[in-house]
Parts: sequence; C-alpha cells; structure tokens
Amino acid sequence: MAYVAVKGGEQAIDNAHAWLAEERRGDPATPALSIAQIEEQLGRSVDRVMAEGSLYDRELAALAIKQAQGDLIEAAFLLRAYRTTLPRFAHSNPVETATMRIERRVSAVFKDLPGGQVLGPTYDYTHRLLDFALMDDESSAVRPVQPGSLETMPRVPDILGHEGLLEPDDRSDQEPGDLTRQPLTFPAERDVRLQALARGDEGFLLGLGYSTQRGYGGSHPFAGEIRMGEISVEIEPAELGFAIDIGDLVLTECQMVNQFKGSKTVPPQFTRGYGLVFGFGERKAMAMALVDRAMRAEELGEDVTAPAQNVEFVLYHSDNIEATGFVEHLKLPHYVDFQSELQNVRRMRENAE
Amino acid sequence: MKGYNFAYLDDQTKRMIRRGLLKAVAIPGHQVPFGSREMPLPYGWGTGGIQVTASILGAGDVLKVIDQGADDTTNAVSIRRFFARTAGVATTTATAEATVIQTRHRIPEKQLREDQIIVYQVPQPEPLSRLEPSRIETKRMHGLADYGLMHVKLYEDISRFGQVSISYDYPVMVNERYLMSPSPIPAFDNPKMDMMPALQLFGAGREKRIYAIPPWTRVKSLDFDDHPFRTINAPHPCGLCGATDSYLDEVVTDNHGGRLFVCSDTDHCSERRAAGHVGTDGFQEAAE
Amino acid sequence: MTEPTLLSGRGLGLSFGGITALADVDVDLWPGEMLAIVGESGSGKTTLLNVLSGRLTPDTGVVWYRDPNGQLHDVHAMPAPALRTLHRSDWGFVHQDPRQNLRMTVSAGGNVGERLMAQGARHYGDIRAAALDWLAQVEIDADRIDDLPRTFSGGMLQRLQIARTLVTHPRLVFMDEPTGGLDVSVQARLLDLIRSLVTRLQIAVVLVTHDIAVARLLAHRIAVMQRGRIVETGLTDQVLDDPRHPYTQLLVSSVLNA
Repeated sequence: MAYVAVKGGEQAIDNAHAWLAEERRGDPATPALSIAQIEEQLGRSVDRVMAEGSLYDRELAALAIKQAQGDLIEAAFLLRAYRTTLPRFAHSNPVETATMRIERRVSAVFKDLPGGQVLGPTYDYTHRLLDFALMDDESSAVRPVQPGSLETMPRVPDILGHEGLLEPDDRSDQEPGDLTRQPLTFPAERDVRLQALARGDEGFLLGLGYSTQRGYGGSHPFAGEIRMGEISVEIEPAELGFAIDIGDLVLTECQMVNQFKGSKTVPPQFTRGYGLVFGFGERKAMAMALVDRAMRAEELGEDVTAPAQNVEFVLYHSDNIEATGFVEHLKLPHYVDFQSELQNVRRMRENAE
Repeated sequence: MKGYNFAYLDDQTKRMIRRGLLKAVAIPGHQVPFGSREMPLPYGWGTGGIQVTASILGAGDVLKVIDQGADDTTNAVSIRRFFARTAGVATTTATAEATVIQTRHRIPEKQLREDQIIVYQVPQPEPLSRLEPSRIETKRMHGLADYGLMHVKLYEDISRFGQVSISYDYPVMVNERYLMSPSPIPAFDNPKMDMMPALQLFGAGREKRIYAIPPWTRVKSLDFDDHPFRTINAPHPCGLCGATDSYLDEVVTDNHGGRLFVCSDTDHCSERRAAGHVGTDGFQEAAE
Repeated sequence: MTEPTLLSGRGLGLSFGGITALADVDVDLWPGEMLAIVGESGSGKTTLLNVLSGRLTPDTGVVWYRDPNGQLHDVHAMPAPALRTLHRSDWGFVHQDPRQNLRMTVSAGGNVGERLMAQGARHYGDIRAAALDWLAQVEIDADRIDDLPRTFSGGMLQRLQIARTLVTHPRLVFMDEPTGGLDVSVQARLLDLIRSLVTRLQIAVVLVTHDIAVARLLAHRIAVMQRGRIVETGLTDQVLDDPRHPYTQLLVSSVLNA
C-alpha cells in the first residue's frame, strides 16, 4: 500500500461545509424556518443565546440559532464573535430595575406586598404533560389573554431595607470593569464577578447554585424577589449633557436574601445574592444569585470550602464559549505531541526492562 | 473583507495587543495579561496566535501557517484562509519565504532568520498550572522566581522513571529569570528556541496572556546537572526524504502494524525531495 | 547573656476585633537556644509564634532578626521576596499538622529535596543523597524514599516534616505543638529526636506548647503566657521548680496532679 502524505485539507473543509449546509436545511420538502418564527416561537432560546452571547438583539440571536441548527452554545458563540467587531459608541446609564414595567414579579418571603404577586407567563404551575394538540399547531387555537397594563412596582429589598434588616446596596461612581475589554485579574471585584456570571453558562451556574443548597458552601437562601419585564436604556452623550432613551430591554432580576449571623463590626442582618440576565432567564438569574452570594463568603468572613465559594474556580470555568472551545480543541490533531509521548513511553519501557 | 477591518481586529484592539507585545518583549518569558477578544474561531483553536498575528501583520507580509508541522492540516488551512480572507496577505508554505509564521505544536526545521517572526498558539501559558491550579498562587511564584516546585516534578520523574517524563510542552527558563511554557511543541524543538535569530511571540486567547522571547535570548530547558535535558525522536530516518535530523511522524500504513516514519515538517520534507534526497519508501513518491 | 540576640520582639501588641491577642510582649532568643512559650489554648502563644515568624503583622511593636552577617532586619518591614527566601533557607516552620507543610502527592525524597532545589540545587544525585541522609537522621528507612507521605504513620509524617525543614540547616526554627495529636510513646521518641537534632545542629527554636512536660524536656528557657501577656519568663528549671506567678503555679500544679 502506497503512502501518500495526507493532502486535501482545503477540499475536505469545503466539502464539510457543504454537507453541513445541506444538513442544516434538512428535507427541502419541509418549509424553511423563518427568523421571525424563531424569534417569536422559540423565545426562551433567543433569550438564552442573547444572555450567553452578551448581545441584546433578538433578530441576530434568532439568526444565530437558525445557523447553529438550534445548538445554543454554538449560537451564543456566533453572537460573541459578531459582537467583537462592533464599535463601542457609548456606555448606557445604569438601569434602574425599580422602574421595570413588570410582566412577572414574585416574592417568596411575603404573602402579599405592594404591587402584588404577578405570575406572568410562567411554566411554574403547568403540568408537564406533552400537549399533543401542539403537534398540529393550526388546531390549537390560542386564547388571547387580556394583558394587564404593565406597571412599575417597588423592589422587595427596598421594602426590607427600610428596617436595616437587609444590607444596603453598595453605591459606587467607579466605572465598572469589563471582561470583554480587560482580562480577568484577582482579586476580582463584585462588578466583574457579576458580569462573568451574567455571561456564564446557565447549566454550569445551575449546578453550582444547586450545590450550595446541598451543603457545599450552604447559606440559607430565600427568593426575596424575582422580577421580569421591560426596562428603558438611556445613554447620556457628552455633547448633549442629558440622557436619551435608546430602547427597551427585557431583563430578569433575582434578589436572593440570605441569613447572616453578623460579625464583630456588623450586626446580624440579611445579606444578598444578585442575579440579572437578558431576557426571560429566571432559572439562570436564580442560580446566578446563589453563586454570587456564595462567592461573597470571604468578604463576609465565612469559611471558603466549597467550589461555588471559590471565586477563581467559578470565574475561570463559567464561560461556555471558553469551555466549549477548549474541550473541543482536543479533536484537533495532536499527533506531534502524541508521537513524542509514544517515543517517550517506548524509551521508559526499555529502561524498565 | 467587506464590513471588517484589515486582519479582522479593529485598530484599537491591535494597538492594545501591540502594547502588550512590547511589554512582553521587554520582559522575556513573562506572561502579560491582555484583553483577549472573542474571535470567530473557537477558544483553544488558536485565538491567541490569531490575535497576535492580526496585530503584527502588514499588507506586505507573507504568512505561513502550520499545525503539527504541516501546512495542510485542517486547522492550519482554516487559519490561513482566515487571514487570506480578512487581510488579503500573500501566503506561502515555504518556510524561507514567510515573514510571519503562525504555528501550533512545532517549530520549522529550517533555521529561522532575524527578519522573520514566529507566532505560537498557546493553550495553557502557565507552566506551573499542572502543579498549582491557582493563578493567584502561580503569579506569586513567578514574582518571587520560586520555581522549586517545578524541579520537584522533575525529581519525582527521575526517581520513578529514571528520566524526566515530559515529552512536549517541556518547561524552559527564559533569560535566566522566568519559567515559561514553550507551548505544546515536542521537546525535540526546545533547543531551536535558544538564541533563535527570529522574534518569538506567544498568544493564549482563552487564558488572555501574551509572552515573548526576543531574538538571541537564552532559553534553557529545565534539567539536572547529572540528568541533562535530552530530546526524543523516533530512531529512524524519514521514509520519504531520508532525513535523519528532523522530527518524525509515525504513520500507520496497514492493519498489520506496518509503520512509516516521515518528516512532520511537510515543507522541509518536500524541499529535500525536490533536491533529490530519497528515503527507503521514497520511490512511491516518485511513482505518484 | 551579653551575646547579641538572634531574634527580638519588643512591645508586640495585636487584637482581633475587640479581643486582645497580644499585649506588651517582649521576647528575646539567642543563637542555639530553645525557648518554650507555654500557656493554655487562647493565651496567645500561637499568635505570638506567627507574629515572630512574620506570618502575622502586629498592631504595635517590632520584631528584629539578625542575619548571619550580623545585620538586623525588621521582620515585618522586609520585602515579601526576602521574607520568603528567609523562610525557605535560614528559617524553618514545623506545624502541628505535618500535612500543612508536606506535599502529600510528592514522594518523601521530593519533600525533603524541595528546599534544596528552591535554593538552586541542580544535581539530582546530590539532592537524593541529602534526602537519604536526612531520612536516616529522622529514622525513616531508606527504602521509603520514593513512597508518598500518605502511606506514613502520624509520627513518621512529623519526622518527615522535620527532615524537610532542617535539610537547609536553618539557624532558627519555629515549632507549633510539634508533638500534639501523637500517641504518648510516639511523642517520647519524637521529643528525643528533636532534642538531639537541635542540640547537634545548634538550631535556635521557638517552641509553642501547652504541655509543660514537653517544655521541661526541651527548652532552655520558658515564657508563660496568659491572655496575650507574658506573665513569667526565665530558665526552664527555675520557672517550673519555683514558679512565682499564680498562673504559672496553677499550670505547674495541674501537671503534677495529673
């Protein structure tokens, strides 16, 4: 058998891309998905891709989902790579979530509260039974609901905060760090930690948050408030000197309230973990809040023993674009290194004989 | 390419990276953190090397990209295409013709020159990472040149195996100060780094670090006086060109354990064959 | 004692929150001398050890160290690299739990050799010979040199820690309850070993112990601590045979009655 040095990498790549395109489209007899359909009917996927892709654009997220055949990490990757090339015109003012036009707002710590509990479009109390009516979509008529007018509501932490029972918000005029511009360095302040978590992988944060509930760095969390709704984003161009509204975002915010037994300088009070994500991402916002609180262990004088409390561990491993790249790079050729290992093991075996 | 800047990255980003490179050159072997951008290629696939190359590339440069020593491995093709598309620079497979060589896992066999730059793709820039996972701690160790732990690893290898068992990504001391990962090149290539005439740049995208070795800098592979550093290579000449001094790939030729050893540096091998060198299996090449 | 001291603390004070851990502490240590700091738990003796060794910075006071050239250094004003170099060459620290100091995934020989390598030793054969020599000195069989510490008993681990610490011939070693947590028979053997090594190598030692018997056996001088203060200090026999301070009397009598 003749050996021919492997050539044709170029051709192989072209062929692979062509095959991929064909597979993405699937059976041409089935109508192609429109971007609008994805945007409208796969909204939770769109939300997740925007959150992990760090770019709030429903249409581009839908396009990424289509291009990635519904692989959401791949879609987030596409958004991230696109995001890199965008010029940065301005920074927004901090958004004030108390002004959120509420679509959903629940608190587990009060039976009722000003503004009330608003369930919103939640799966919480659905019975997880496959709805075969959806198989034939045309037949499942959607009963329109009368949406209440969206209004703003006070935030639960603000209600608790009046009594001094809850630690106050830290206020700072310092410009927050930005992991997309600056490398992560330690000690990592809370602004940077929250940014990393907001961009982080939902599954990773879910597992870490869950681990804190099972005793790995446990604190005793209560869902103080979860709210989701629209919020206006403003920028303040230097040449104008006043803020202008540039559009609306849907955000999900979670404030976890945790017991804290106090320290020498601070009386016993409740502390907070915070979660905020693009779109309707309640599971992630809650997990994020748990992990944020866990990472404050050192600051609050608690023992650092669990993975979720280890800031370096959490921050270095929460980004799924970094993780997927490095895990999957193992499929790149490594034959040069493997060859050196082969010779190495052969030599060591000779020595051992 | 329409809609994108020359070599993909915007000029601000390139400037930021070039500042990092200057600092890296000034402190040979020291890892400089940089604001690594998200690239359209995955992390771990050369994003660090690509960002470094994008930042130093000019319109007149001639680019060579290799992976495992070969110009036509898929990832090398993909990166070369990326720059051909976004920068429109000339590309080559000939080591001597290139002004910039981006590499993954190899150093070309041909001695590089002062007017060339080699850019290494680095998956893990921290040479102590397997011994000490915390970057807070390793940073302190570098600051204090506290490298006893690395020698403990070598000691352990020798006491267990009679030799150092690291065969690639073999740690080096740069300019007698910083412990450095040479990237996962085979230890065979380590001696080429010592007093190399070309500038050596290293980019780690996922880990967000840049480092460098200026031309004509001492690079010493760690060892003991009584267990000096040794390179490992297959004890064969190249089957195609007969070279006895190049790094060899082992190719499985049949289902019965048949093996062929050939140059990993494809350009080196074809240049030798063009010059008339023939190995024991080389006749097949002639029949092609 | 007109000879210059090796280590001197003056006016050391430290409090954690509202709790006073150290107050007005003066300490002197001469070359080759073994000083025991005794007291019950919470008396501040471990805090004092950490302050003397530069691991903790006091609120008030200063610790002076005299290097082999006779130069004095303010321990807490030293740059981090210099202090670290000191800790891995001229000084040593023996912890109560040897696992805090040993590398549990590195062989016994590697553990002993690390300080040599950190100091620049680059000859494998010499490092191994030194490791073998030190294992013998702490009565660990030569054929255990390539074993991992996790296969060692508690007493062996402590002896391995001592070998790892003494291999660079430090002039000053800090010991924090080195025999704590060991069986009585193992303790006795270890105390003998420490006494003979320290005497032969003329190492100065600051030893923290709650055990008066350990202090009596090892120390030349003794300092008794109560609530962050040194209440009595002097030659060991003198203090223990004729205690002046009521607290010392209590400590001594509780041992006799035990």
